[in-house]
Amino acid sequence: MRRRLPVIVCFLFGLFMLVQFFVPHPVGTEAYETVLDWVQIIYVFALFVGVAGIIKLHGGKLSPGKKGWFYSLTTILGLAAMVILGFVFGVGRGTPFNWIFENLQAPMQATMFALLAFFIASAAYRGFRIRNLESVLLLVAAVIVMIGRVPIGEMIFPYSPEVADWVLRVPSMAARRGIFIGIGLGSIATALRVIVGIERTYLGRD
Amino acid sequence: MSFPVKKVPIIILVLLSYQLCCGAEQSEPVSAYDTPNDAGRSITISWEELEPSELAVPEECRIFRSPEQEGTYELVATVPFDQSLYRDDDVEDDSSYYYNLVLVKGESTVGSFTLRPVSSSPQLFNTARLNVLVGILICGILVAFFMIQGKIGRELYVRPIAGLSAIDDAIGRATEMGKPILYSSGVGEMSRVATIASMNILGSIAPKIAEYNTKFIFPNWDPVVTTVAQEVVKEGYYKAGHPEAFDPDNIYFVTQSQFGYVAAVDGVMVRERPAANLLLGTFEAESLILAETGNSIGAIQIAGTDSSIQLAFFIVACDYVLIGEELFAASGYITKDPMVLGSLKGTDYSKLVIILFVVSGSILGTFGVETLVNWFSVG
Repeated sequence: MRRRLPVIVCFLFGLFMLVQFFVPHPVGTEAYETVLDWVQIIYVFALFVGVAGIIKLHGGKLSPGKKGWFYSLTTILGLAAMVILGFVFGVGRGTPFNWIFENLQAPMQATMFALLAFFIASAAYRGFRIRNLESVLLLVAAVIVMIGRVPIGEMIFPYSPEVADWVLRVPSMAARRGIFIGIGLGSIATALRVIVGIERTYLGRD
Repeated sequence: MSFPVKKVPIIILVLLSYQLCCGAEQSEPVSAYDTPNDAGRSITISWEELEPSELAVPEECRIFRSPEQEGTYELVATVPFDQSLYRDDDVEDDSSYYYNLVLVKGESTVGSFTLRPVSSSPQLFNTARLNVLVGILICGILVAFFMIQGKIGRELYVRPIAGLSAIDDAIGRATEMGKPILYSSGVGEMSRVATIASMNILGSIAPKIAEYNTKFIFPNWDPVVTTVAQEVVKEGYYKAGHPEAFDPDNIYFVTQSQFGYVAAVDGVMVRERPAANLLLGTFEAESLILAETGNSIGAIQIAGTDSSIQLAFFIVACDYVLIGEELFAASGYITKDPMVLGSLKGTDYSKLVIILFVVSGSILGTFGVETLVNWFSVG
């Protein structure tokens, strides 16, 4: 019963989600929105589990002798500070919570995102090295698209934007659609296996 | 009374024909009708078929509405004539409305139409999505058929997938080097199919990791995925007969901040120097940052995701990449479960059906026959 009940719940809700896609009637859409609301409610409780996990993991590293204890302390203090400031002063504009988010968290996130520029350069170098015919094709396509996307490209060759568009619209899109079809079919098969209870890995131990 | 299974294809054909024909119902030059395939409370006024006199092409349409034929008509909208139709979303279901359409050029009225009374109602089935239902049914029937074939013992061949064959080698490499295996399912919630597929793969490889007693690290972006992953890996350790080796602290929630998560995983890579990185699941802009960091520490990397854009990044930075449906095929491929293998075979045949439609549609489209192409438009 420990496994059967989740499988039955999964089957019923999976079937409901499938059916509601075809039902525009308000009864279907309202039920769908109610289910989504419940997902959010359940998710909040799961977040508590996540926070408890963070406290347990980093709390265990807090003794000064342990390697990296200071980072764990910073994590726990940061977590506590955001929770306390959020509850005491709120999370709107001008609050300490918002100030920390705007001036500490957002710049740190932007810094990590900015690393992407350098990683794209190193990945492009590796990807475009000429090793075989496929690499040559990749390099030629990349050069065409890059030239077609910069203003100087039109000065070098007047039709370069059109050629670049064609590369993206026809061969590139054809390949991507092939992948999309595979992903779509794979998703249907996986969903079907989960809904009918063949794939039950997510349920964990018996 | 049994369900008439043999009549299902006929019913589908009739419904498809209805869908193809229903667009031709509006033959009057100006008409008002209940907006099809909606949740009700909407009436559409259409003047698509109206051919104005060349001397006085209207500039705009003024739409008036009244609940009674002889009542007071109120202006509900003024729209450009070129718009061809207007959707009135401010009506009550099951109440009759009378519409008056006035065509205006400058300040002069060049035409006026009084329309028949119309009422709105919600629909139970969206006929514009019938083609989706048919597609799902065809795919579902093929998948179910081959799953049954697998169950009754028919041998099913699945082509070799290099990325999946390499997972065993990656685990072996990490064991030999005495270094950990790093696993990431990316930044997807448990509701994403790619994340579910990732958990299935995790369930397939966990017993091997337990058997080799290799350290396994799985930092998570989502608390629900963390809980599921802990259970999945714990089951793997139980299956392998090493429940005591399972350490739940190695599968932990980090943060829901996308780039905060990347910073944490990159930090783990640089500090722990894993011998193998398995990046399987839902990845967005962080894919290349993770894969390049993994590449810089010399780890063998196997990646797979359902995002075609991120696949390109993985291809240049990882050793093996699961493309398209290969990610979803992984658990069946690794476990050789006949039912799962059967479902893979079913999707392969579904792909064949799609290829036939693509080729036929291309040929017919080239000769100007758009019927087949139009079947695939979704409302």
